[in-house]
Amino acid sequence: MHLEYTVVEGDFVNAGIASSSVKKTLKQLNVNPTVIKRVVVALYEAEVNAIAHAYGGKVLIDIDPQKICMTVADKGPGIPDIALAMQEGYSTARPEVRDMGFGAGMGLPNMQKNVDHLNVTSEVNKGTTVEMEVYFQ
Amino acid sequence: MTLQEISNAIQGNVCLGKSRLSENVEHAFASDLMSDVLTLKETPLLITGLCNPQTIRTCDMACIEYLIICKNKKPTEEMLELAEENNMVVITSEHSMFKVCGLLYAAGLKPIN
Ligand SMILES: Nc1ncnc2c1ncn2[C@@H]1O[C@H](COP(=O)(O)OP(=O)(O)O)[C@@H](O)[C@H]1O
Ligand SMILES: [Mg+2]
Repeated sequence: MHLEYTVVEGDFVNAGIASSSVKKTLKQLNVNPTVIKRVVVALYEAEVNAIAHAYGGKVLIDIDPQKICMTVADKGPGIPDIALAMQEGYSTARPEVRDMGFGAGMGLPNMQKNVDHLNVTSEVNKGTTVEMEVYFQ
Repeated sequence: MTLQEISNAIQGNVCLGKSRLSENVEHAFASDLMSDVLTLKETPLLITGLCNPQTIRTCDMACIEYLIICKNKKPTEEMLELAEENNMVVITSEHSMFKVCGLLYAAGLKPIN
């Protein structure tokens, strides 16, 4: 099953729409609730980042019987030092992002903790792509 | 304790879920930082001062059904619609987050471990 969503630039109100929809789909597929929570927490943090740090982007989801693959791709400013960005507590978030309840530098670490595979690729001034995989086992 | 007892203890106003006040709650967690809420394995009642759509979204992703919003902040219609879709109970209180936490701790609500 393939699903696609658009994350709209600056649309803080709707951050989480893709994650919400994926949650409903996985529920219908009777995926284990603990696994669903891991998937949607990671996807939600990635969605928030695409709005908070970039100019929106695309969410691509592929679900097969064994696993879910999620790609969140943006055409934002990119991440100059990915290893630094992955560190807990590192954040360049604007005050608006803090007002939303994010911006403590925990998003990428939260993704890492919840998924089986995380791959972040980024090019400065081009954009960032976050790929994540979770097995249903 | 029941949601009714919880609401009484903080002079709460039940914005959503009035029919569910007999439900029992044992554990609570307090934070304004949604990334922190998203690290929880448990699904406690959430006490927060953050009143925006992301509060409700975070509860959805974290499977949290019970929410207390402190310091007289009022959820918007839009937030309550989203909360209703997610089957939530939403209570507001005029008290500060510190006071809400203190009152509920004293009344017997437990922290998560
Ligand atoms: N999609 C993105 N585009 C550009 N920069 C990003 C992106 N995602 C993360 N970053 C950078 O990595 C940092 C850490 O991200 P994260 O761990 O999610 O914490 P936070 O979002 O709270 O700042 C961000 O502050 C930002 O500098
Ligand atoms: Mg983030």
